[in-house]
Amino acid sequence: MIEDLILAKYNYWIYVTLMMIGFYAVIAKKNLVKKVIGLNIFSTAIFLFYISIGDVIGGTEPIYIHGEHVVYVNPIPHVLILTGIVVSVSITAVALALIIKIYEEFGTIEEDQILELQS
Amino acid sequence: MRILPLITVLLVGALLIWSAQDMPDMGDPNAPTNLHVAPYYIEHSEEEVGVENIVSAILADYRGYDTLGETTVIFTAGVSVLLLLRRRED
Amino acid sequence: MKEEDVIIRTVIRLMVPFIQIFGLYVIFHGGSGPGGGFQGGVILAASMILYVMAFGVTGGRRKLTEKTNMIMRSTGVLIFSGIGLLAILFGGKYLDYGAVPLPFIHHAAEVRELLIDGGVEVGIGITVMAVMVTIFLEFYPGGTSDD
Repeated sequence: MIEDLILAKYNYWIYVTLMMIGFYAVIAKKNLVKKVIGLNIFSTAIFLFYISIGDVIGGTEPIYIHGEHVVYVNPIPHVLILTGIVVSVSITAVALALIIKIYEEFGTIEEDQILELQS
Repeated sequence: MRILPLITVLLVGALLIWSAQDMPDMGDPNAPTNLHVAPYYIEHSEEEVGVENIVSAILADYRGYDTLGETTVIFTAGVSVLLLLRRRED
Repeated sequence: MKEEDVIIRTVIRLMVPFIQIFGLYVIFHGGSGPGGGFQGGVILAASMILYVMAFGVTGGRRKLTEKTNMIMRSTGVLIFSGIGLLAILFGGKYLDYGAVPLPFIHHAAEVRELLIDGGVEVGIGITVMAVMVTIFLEFYPGGTSDD
């Protein structure tokens, strides 16, 4: 039972741990830059989950080798994750630019001080 | 460590692990993701598109519309950062 | 911003051409091995960022002006959608590379390979490089001056 629960599905344990670390950073930290870092860790966990689903035992990378019969890894998750990585970089860039504008307006980047200054 | 976020995080983590017991093992060749479209791409991509890298062939030819949308996303991110951070010389 | 030490300046001046050639190799050989448009574009942008970090913004602006950066940012997306419209002109669907009759080539598969490797990936690489350099120079202190 231990084998079935932990060893055969160890990619799910790793991805859930990383995702919960990123999720905790987003909801519990008060500094705005730490929240953006938590969002990045969360996206990395999702990419890891997607690529580990498409693995095939004994498979090699999906580039053609002429003349031999080889088992290839599923190429579709790689394609989707390339798009996802670029979207994650764009989100981080725009979020950091917004943090700079918030700092120029309020003078601080702690969340509770900003909520005090607003009311 | 704050108490309420910690309890939320542990609860969501336990729910996710409990729901992952029904998913296929890692590396299973009979998982549903490896059965429908992927064998078609692997077999026919050498004769229809002459490119040897299957990932590049899917990215630029079979699913080229998604790549066009993604290039627009990164172009929009560059324009947004420029709009937010330019200071006007008045 | 001020320039760096003599050792850093000399080493980076030696390294930047090799990094750029490697970035171009990754873009153009994306069909035969790992690589492609996005990966090569990021490597080219990394070479520009290294140059600006060593020689300051004034030294970097002599090599890549703001007007060239602005033109390159839009040209990549234009190349990609332009190839799609070219396919419509010759009777196919949008982004159907097999319908374009190139002069000396007789198989549809070779037309697709040439337009992917030499048209679409180059366009993606140019746009990604210009946008990464733009994002870096907006956050760098003193990076938006035009002199």
